Amino acid sequence: MKPVSKVTGRMVPLDRADVDTDQIIPQQFLKRIERDGYGEFLFYNWAHTDDGTPSSDFVLNDPKREGAKVLIAGPNFGCGSSREHAAWAIQQWGFEAVIAPSFADIFRNNAINIGLLPVELDEEAVRALLEVAETHHSEVTIDLIEQTVRAEGLEEQFEISVSARNRLIHGLDAIGETLQHERALSAFETRRPDWLPITTS
Amino acid sequence: MTRPKTLFQKVWDQHVVIDEDPSLLYVDLHLIHEVTSPQAFAGLEQSGRSVRRPDLTVATVDHAIPTTGRSLGIRDPLSKKQVDALVESSRRHGITMFGLDDPRQGIVHVVGPEQGLTRPGALIVCGDSHTSTHGAFGALAFGIGTTEVEHVLATQTLWQARPATMAVDVEGVLPWGVAAKDLILGIIAKIGVSGGTKHVIEYRGEAIRDLSMEQRMTICNMSIEGGARAGMIAPDETTFRYVEGRPYAPTGKHWEDALEAWSKLPSDPDAEFDKSVSIDASSLVPHVSWGVNPSQTVPVNDAVPSPDSFEDPLQRDAAARALSYMALKPGTPMQDIKIDHVFLGSCTNGRIEDLRAAAKVIEGRKVDSRVSAVVVPGSMQVKAQAEAEGLADVFTSAGFSWRDAGCSSCLAMNPDVIPSGERCASTSNRNYEGRQGRGARTHLVSPAMAAAAAVAGHFVDVRQWEGAS
Repeated sequence: MKPVSKVTGRMVPLDRADVDTDQIIPQQFLKRIERDGYGEFLFYNWAHTDDGTPSSDFVLNDPKREGAKVLIAGPNFGCGSSREHAAWAIQQWGFEAVIAPSFADIFRNNAINIGLLPVELDEEAVRALLEVAETHHSEVTIDLIEQTVRAEGLEEQFEISVSARNRLIHGLDAIGETLQHERALSAFETRRPDWLPITTS
Repeated sequence: MTRPKTLFQKVWDQHVVIDEDPSLLYVDLHLIHEVTSPQAFAGLEQSGRSVRRPDLTVATVDHAIPTTGRSLGIRDPLSKKQVDALVESSRRHGITMFGLDDPRQGIVHVVGPEQGLTRPGALIVCGDSHTSTHGAFGALAFGIGTTEVEHVLATQTLWQARPATMAVDVEGVLPWGVAAKDLILGIIAKIGVSGGTKHVIEYRGEAIRDLSMEQRMTICNMSIEGGARAGMIAPDETTFRYVEGRPYAPTGKHWEDALEAWSKLPSDPDAEFDKSVSIDASSLVPHVSWGVNPSQTVPVNDAVPSPDSFEDPLQRDAAARALSYMALKPGTPMQDIKIDHVFLGSCTNGRIEDLRAAAKVIEGRKVDSRVSAVVVPGSMQVKAQAEAEGLADVFTSAGFSWRDAGCSSCLAMNPDVIPSGERCASTSNRNYEGRQGRGARTHLVSPAMAAAAAVAGHFVDVRQWEGAS
């Protein structure tokens, strides 16, 4: 996982609450066994008409949004299905961070695990960012070390757990880290009660 | 005297390998399927790692497989590749696999309980958000992403921040004709689609204790639709009777030890919850969803709401967009809405009791001529049982198509796609835009309500329907 400590870039406003992962990446794109190639299908059904041509009124299709790095969205972003493909699609489109008033639990974990920065700000601050993003094409800067978001006329602190922050800043391989606890793991396994399930017998 | 603990706290504490924030938790059962595991196996193998505990892992295929013509194989080349990848990975790593031709194949959340793998006090994960289903047994069960699937394969553990606790107290008795599905839709309508975020819900109270295991699974299954990390119900005699004697259930001394451990799991009387809500079961009626998220429901005897009735501007905006997608006008009585399809199945309502409830409603009747109705049993075992009980004949005589087990139209990854612009009464869990196919319009209902709608061609209040029969 690539480390991330600072993101500076233009914003894309998506002023909707409860954006579910089915919208972020619809089911027909989950059939591939690869981990990449999802970016072009981001918000596919909103971004395309019935015959598959790009919808001119969808924000991601605005040529001026090309190269944007930060998605600004409403509360409970990423609810529903656990599909990590949703976080992959957002990252592979080119986004490095999502700012929203709140995130669904599984989506937040998935985002952190792939180095896509989920930033939670209060509704008022997100509303201010949405307004800036809708009218201008100015940049926002997210500094994970200082835990700040800076944009035109706005400077906000944000909260993030110490472990998530460390993982993102150092691009840590969680599996490697866990396997360093082999002794604790093996000890736990010997204490495990016999009545718990075994799938091979 | 130790501090009183909730069911969740007890199960959590029993699985902590490293007590930090987040904690490292040991996973007792890892369920895998074809859609969210291939990239995890690929990652594992690229790093030269192996599966730590194949004996605590079980695979089945459900999401993208056909429900007809299985002897011909999977036609969709991408789905075939995905299923083949899971078969191959399971073989290579020594993981038990309930494949397409196995009589135990089915939806992962139906199969685990049915085989006796799901049990009280266990920590269960799966790369699927409806893993919350298994909480019905007093297990701590939640959905994870693919990176986490890889982490569990390699280490049998997960780093997790400790969620808060939420009690949902359901007192009173569910009225006749009101299903577990209506109860959970009622709870979600009350707490909203993010009311449970960062929380593990414990469903308690008289109405919950009265539920069968199938009904409890329907409740816990949709915990995620209220945003919760997991949903749990205290194990009791109903739970123990369900588990006992199943293929993988503990036996002999292990069974005795299990019962002793499980009987200690229910929340202590004075245990505190971070948040609580209560619902009076006796006031509930059958629900139908009108919108594009599972909180957008109304009682069947009500009408499509007006966006103006929502105070919160975001919810008002969401309601207006939902009505446009659903092609519904405010004020339309729900019972005037005509349907084109009925889907009976899914990990929410694809179990034997669900099929019995639906069969009871349609017995001796016919599906409306303009409705296409399908039953997709949750597992091949459910299918076999329904055939043995004569339910399959009831469905086929009424004009339902009788299929093989899988997720099917719940998420339309297989050929069972609802065409754009058409309306489906569905016993599944999500009515999101495009969930059952691009442009498809989903209305969530209970199995009995879906069956009655199939016959009538529009939504009906099943309480009056059954009374009239």
